[in-house]
Amino acid sequence: MDILPTLWFVLIAVLWTGYLFLEGFDLGVGMHMLVSARGETDRRVMLNTIGPVWDGNEVWLITAAGATFAAFPYWYASLFSSMYIPLVVVLLGLIFRAVAIEYRGKGTSARWIRGWTIALSLGSFIAAFGVGAMLALTTTGLPLDENGDRVGGPFAWFTWYAVLGGLAVVGFCLVHAATFLALKTDGSLRERAGRFSARWAPIALLPLAGWVLAVQLMNGKPAMWIVVTLAVLAAVLGWRAALRGAEGRAFIGFGAFLVVGSAAIFANVFPVVLPSTLNSAWSLTVWNASATAYTLGVMTVVACVGLPLVLAYQAWTYWVFRRRIRGSQLPKPAEFGAAVKQP
Amino acid sequence: MHALDVDPLLIARWQFGITTVYHFWMVPLTIGLGPLVAIMQTMWHRTGNIRYYRMTKFWGKLYLINFIMGVATGLVQEFQFGLAWSEYSRFVGDVFGAPLAMESLLAFFVESTFLGLWIFGWGRLPRRIHLACLWVAIIGSTISAYFIIVANSWMQHPVGVTFVDGHPVMNDIWAVLTNNTAVTAFAHTVLGSFGVGGAFLIGIAWYQLWQRRRDDIDTVGADGRVVVGEAADVPGRDTADHRVWLTSLRIGAVTAIIAFAGLAITGDAQGKLMFEQQPMKMAAAEAACHTGTSFSVLSIGDPGSQDCKDVVGVIEIPGVLSFLAKGDFSTPVKGVNQLLPEYQKKYGTTLPDNPIYGERAGQKIDYVPIMEVTYWGFRIMIGFGALAAFAAAVALWLTRKGTVPRSKPVMLLAVAGIAAPFIANSAGWIFTEMGRQPFVVAPNPSGVDGVFMFTAAAVSPGVSFGEILFSLIALGSVYAVLMVFELRLLIRYVRGGVASALPELAQNPDDDDKKPDDVLSFAY
Repeated sequence: MDILPTLWFVLIAVLWTGYLFLEGFDLGVGMHMLVSARGETDRRVMLNTIGPVWDGNEVWLITAAGATFAAFPYWYASLFSSMYIPLVVVLLGLIFRAVAIEYRGKGTSARWIRGWTIALSLGSFIAAFGVGAMLALTTTGLPLDENGDRVGGPFAWFTWYAVLGGLAVVGFCLVHAATFLALKTDGSLRERAGRFSARWAPIALLPLAGWVLAVQLMNGKPAMWIVVTLAVLAAVLGWRAALRGAEGRAFIGFGAFLVVGSAAIFANVFPVVLPSTLNSAWSLTVWNASATAYTLGVMTVVACVGLPLVLAYQAWTYWVFRRRIRGSQLPKPAEFGAAVKQP
Repeated sequence: MHALDVDPLLIARWQFGITTVYHFWMVPLTIGLGPLVAIMQTMWHRTGNIRYYRMTKFWGKLYLINFIMGVATGLVQEFQFGLAWSEYSRFVGDVFGAPLAMESLLAFFVESTFLGLWIFGWGRLPRRIHLACLWVAIIGSTISAYFIIVANSWMQHPVGVTFVDGHPVMNDIWAVLTNNTAVTAFAHTVLGSFGVGGAFLIGIAWYQLWQRRRDDIDTVGADGRVVVGEAADVPGRDTADHRVWLTSLRIGAVTAIIAFAGLAITGDAQGKLMFEQQPMKMAAAEAACHTGTSFSVLSIGDPGSQDCKDVVGVIEIPGVLSFLAKGDFSTPVKGVNQLLPEYQKKYGTTLPDNPIYGERAGQKIDYVPIMEVTYWGFRIMIGFGALAAFAAAVALWLTRKGTVPRSKPVMLLAVAGIAAPFIANSAGWIFTEMGRQPFVVAPNPSGVDGVFMFTAAAVSPGVSFGEILFSLIALGSVYAVLMVFELRLLIRYVRGGVASALPELAQNPDDDDKKPDDVLSFAY
């Protein structure tokens, strides 16, 4: 059954793309809390646009990792152990960010709120950069030996592609989140968010375009130039919509840029999932890194049941919380003392 | 090569142990408290009683403060097999990744999405749907626990695989999912979590009832029954508040007692399986050097020594060990001294000369787990679990007339009692994981030959000592800092009482007119 490893390659590409699309605006909103928020009301409005959905979005990352383990254990083992230190830093960023989202509003002192804001925002930057670097290297290569283990020490993974991938995801998140905020907020914040994406899209989206192009030039299939062109076209259309203040179309345009660009990257590297820069014979491919047909078959059934359900109930969540959020709607931060008389 | 000549394996094991035990402080509270909150909200819908509404809000708040820490530390779990244990991931990948992926696809997505709907859905979703979201999220947590236990149980008792080209290859997912080890361990783990949830309710409710007595809000009449009062000047300290805490305490106590009864039954079933599946682990749990029937109540000496010669049984009860293992009082149970040669004959005396062992090839294999850990881990688990159940029964008795005694030391004991089931849970897991050593995948005596793995072969060959040390220090210190924040928040909300979860209790009713209509009922 040769179709199953290919199918699972597509599914994992879908999971990573879904993660970048959904958590893209979560992470970007976190960044904007330091980048473009003006005052505490702004920051709270921003945070509450992702409040009900961010945790569900983050599961896309966990599922991408878990599905990689199940379907391509050798990819999972080589990629994560090779990028040991950056992955640990990404996890620390995600940990701080998750706890900050929940704890930030549960205290009232300025120091508490300030501290968690920084944790949330920096955590978002670090996670986005690290995930981008890791994905870029899985498409451009790591110094792997025959066994799939990294050669050359803790930082041997470093190439400029890591920086490109990191900037690509950070830049995309900033623009994606700005269009998301323009859709989900109102008043001055909405206007400023719309202006941000119109102004910065041409610069902030360049690294992602660069990554797509780099993979195309390195080992691209000629036919994929069509897809690359479509991706760039989507970005241009998104930018045009942003310039005209068409928030919905801008969001769709930038989102399509990510989805089509990611499709181009994954389709171009196929069937290689993790190239070895030392010897191409040692590269991990969908054929030599995958689990057996039985396991992939079981997981296919699980994914066919699970993924449509996930898409359905997550879509419902967005529908339930579809309204724009205004500063005036936010309840006052809870002030409470101990429910006891002080002796 | 390194300034410090320490095997990365050792530090990787410490890291896995610390991060996992820490993660499993948050998880049992999530699994145990969640259904109790859902029951409270269901009771509120059924009865319309304000008491249950307040309970839902208050305990729900504490649930969420803890939940997020479980999520954050759970992230590390999904990645760390690939980080420091790449050889393990390669060896078991065909079977071990599947339950992890199923967990996220079928359970964790459900849990996270529907909990988000519950948190922000107050006042926005129809009442019934809002409650249903909480139930769905909690069922998601429980299913999530099931898949994780399936993965762990496969390491204890590998089933559903054949052995092809030096690797276990899954050929029966149903056998993996219905592994008898997993079924009993799941029941045991979930019941252990209910014990945590129960003790949590008892301790905090006791504290609140005690505060009410200390402040002379509640007094005790001539017949010993409580006379409930209220303190007009303290938000939320009304007569309904008394019922909130008394009901919480009783729910907690009943939950803890039922949980412990179930723990004894499932624990017994697990013990019997373990005698068959991992005889060395159970022998080490008993510090049973010689084959026999006696259960050790106290053994002294140096149980860590490999040949057992220093272990002296001080108090032993004849027959009980046989009962634990086989259900009768006479079948002899194999001791360490008899098992050791069997293991050495079957799996060798030294680590083979295979590249996956790296510099560890040729080292002597210690088949006997560290007996201080298994022996005492087993007893701490049972002891603290029993203590928590006993304390719950005492709590029910002491509060039969409607409130708690005025004694401060008794209150402090009740609060300290929250720790007992946590300690029991950690001890149980440390026992079962360290008792599996030197294997990371224990051989299944009735399974396929070759399906086992020494922990010494599991660590990532390409990852250096320094990298793992870095992550151990980084994760360890971040976890420690976050623990401080979690405890600070929990204490703050506990001290605030229900008013901390219901700020409107503290509001002046006159302010209500100024409130815009569309204000969100919850926001970060």
